[in-house]
Amino acid sequence: MTRHATDAAVAEPPRSNSDLFGLYRDMRRVRTFEERVGELFVRGQSAGSMLHLSIGEESAAVGLGSLMRKGDTFTTHHRGHGIFLARGADPNRMMAEIAGKETGYCSGKGGSMHIADMGLGHLGANAIVGGGIPAVVGAGLASKRAGEGDVSIAFFGDGAMQQGILYESMNMAALWDLPVLFVCINNQYGMGTRIEQATKGRALHLRAQALGLNGETVDGLDVRDVRATAQALLDDARLGHPGFLAVECYRFFGHARMDKSPYRAEQDETEGRAKDPVRFARDALIGDGTAPEDTLDSLDKEIEAEMDGAIDFAIAAKQPPLSSMFRDVYAVGEAEPEPVRTRIDRILAKD
Amino acid sequence: MTEMTYRDALRQALRDAMTEDDRVFVMGEEVGRYGGAYGVTKGLYEEFGADRLLDTPISEPAIVGAAVGAAMAGLIPVAELMYVDFIGMTMDQLGNQAAKIRYMFGGQIGVPMVLRTQGGTGRSAGAQHSQSLEAYVMHTPGLRLAMPATVADAYHLLRGALRQPDPVVFIEHKALYTLKEEVDLSAPVPDWGKAAIRRQGDDLVIVTYSRQLHHVMKAAEELSREGFEVTVIDLRTLNPLDFDTIRTEVERVGKAMVVSEGVMTAGVAAELAARISEECFDYLREPVIRVAGEDIPISVSVELETNSVPTPAFVREIAERVMA
Ligand SMILES: Cc1ncc(C[n+]2csc(CCOP(=O)(O)OP(=O)(O)O)c2C)c(N)n1
Ligand SMILES: [Mg+2]
Repeated sequence: MTRHATDAAVAEPPRSNSDLFGLYRDMRRVRTFEERVGELFVRGQSAGSMLHLSIGEESAAVGLGSLMRKGDTFTTHHRGHGIFLARGADPNRMMAEIAGKETGYCSGKGGSMHIADMGLGHLGANAIVGGGIPAVVGAGLASKRAGEGDVSIAFFGDGAMQQGILYESMNMAALWDLPVLFVCINNQYGMGTRIEQATKGRALHLRAQALGLNGETVDGLDVRDVRATAQALLDDARLGHPGFLAVECYRFFGHARMDKSPYRAEQDETEGRAKDPVRFARDALIGDGTAPEDTLDSLDKEIEAEMDGAIDFAIAAKQPPLSSMFRDVYAVGEAEPEPVRTRIDRILAKD
Repeated sequence: MTEMTYRDALRQALRDAMTEDDRVFVMGEEVGRYGGAYGVTKGLYEEFGADRLLDTPISEPAIVGAAVGAAMAGLIPVAELMYVDFIGMTMDQLGNQAAKIRYMFGGQIGVPMVLRTQGGTGRSAGAQHSQSLEAYVMHTPGLRLAMPATVADAYHLLRGALRQPDPVVFIEHKALYTLKEEVDLSAPVPDWGKAAIRRQGDDLVIVTYSRQLHHVMKAAEELSREGFEVTVIDLRTLNPLDFDTIRTEVERVGKAMVVSEGVMTAGVAAELAARISEECFDYLREPVIRVAGEDIPISVSVELETNSVPTPAFVREIAERVMA
């Protein structure tokens, strides 16, 4: 697991649902990372503005991320920074990728919406709503064949609940008894569309049940609940009973960086942001005496320093060289596509 | 004359069409309350109401398929795909249904729908949100294809598309929405299906469309200062293709180049170059050169993205070498 080397506090993943301190720490890291992504954009250092922050959705990322183990695979949607970080990603390389830099996870080619890391089983974030879902069916087939008890998890938003491909995928997973989990992060919005404006059937887990999967909905306020519900579904999935989990949460900010959510009433935002899994965990830790406030303050400070470091790392990193443009269209060793210039040079040289 | 943006012109076209004919309606993701991902339909929901601006779930194949059915049932749908990159998801509805219904059913019925979408590079939007996929459409018999490059054409081509008896795919360019030009929308414009000669010269014919028109015009202006005069043809619609205009100019000038943002191999530029080479063979003094997108996906990195498609400097350099 690649974690920030100098930060002892973040070295170990949470071991149990009762390790609220560890779960809090991981959620805080996601929150702070996302805030720094926002800052990267404001400083004009991000590759574009299509950056989708997962603030408000940390319990889904960490509840699931803390349960994944080596051999498990997953795909995410376009709002997947938190999931990847919770799974153990290096924030420096993530931030560099978001800046479109050479040292990013995908050499600056993918960016925020196409981050991936085979080392951690991240089969890729996706800019196509629903685009990453069916891959877990295939990955689940491979896991089943390998027989090591690995699972494959698809993360997607409530918007993807209206894509047909989800149902094709869930049906196949159930039909073939695959070790697969479908996780819908229901932040209530798909761009400006509230879920009520996108569907009449809002008991999302029933759709999965209708196809023969385990199906649950969990409130994302308390990360322990998310983790416990996910744990049960994952245990079953590892045995070949695929599942579906909807995590209820709220998208705290606009869809992407340019969206100020003019379509949401202030009250909607106030109520939505009151469901803050990070603050909830913090209050719980203080409330039951697990961690004094100043311990949490210093943890938060450490995390801030870590994520500031990610920004510095990304800004200092280089743009990918132009020569890398033709690389990785095909496998290493195969001929790269011929540049337009080369072709034209050859034609014009004939005169 | 009024100054307006490409985006405003598109909105005005929709407004005028909806006002004139109540069969016209818009459907797509975020087209209503939100006003469109790129702001094209802003205000129309308030003006025309929820029955005429249908916000859809994120269900692209059904959006396009529903438009097909609505058109067959007598409405005039303007379906919207937020990015042309999603066209693959809808290709059955578009290519197997919309495009073939008139033919398969022996001419009994047509599918007069418009599929509005946008494509191209320019926003660091990455590999799945930056493509130029017009070749998919041009390769499908039965579909019309319009790609406006100017503010006036944003208006007139969309109005024209809404008068067609057959399905039209209407591809805007994401880098053009803020383009501002002085326009007189009542001034005469070339008919639907006619190309526009944006500049005329004797040294080289450059055939282009969509945003590359602006790159080409910039190159042509610079070349003019060096004494080279270029004819620039803006196709406006790729189907119908106004080959007569291309032929006349190429036969007169004897040298041709095609500029397109789509990838080079088996792309629109390939089709145009082949046709010019075949039909104008006896008049050509140089091979027809294609300046097109590289045969690679688009990176999120600004530097790589910019250089994946023809830049004005590249267009100019190649044009100069062709004329030298
Ligand atoms: C196939 C497809 N359709 C539309 C879009 C444009 N788009 C990007 S994100 C988004 C909303 C997605 O909402 P949801 O699935 O709930 O995810 P969230 O953004 O809320 O995390 C839309 C419509 C897209 N990227 N892909
Ligand atoms: Mg959502």
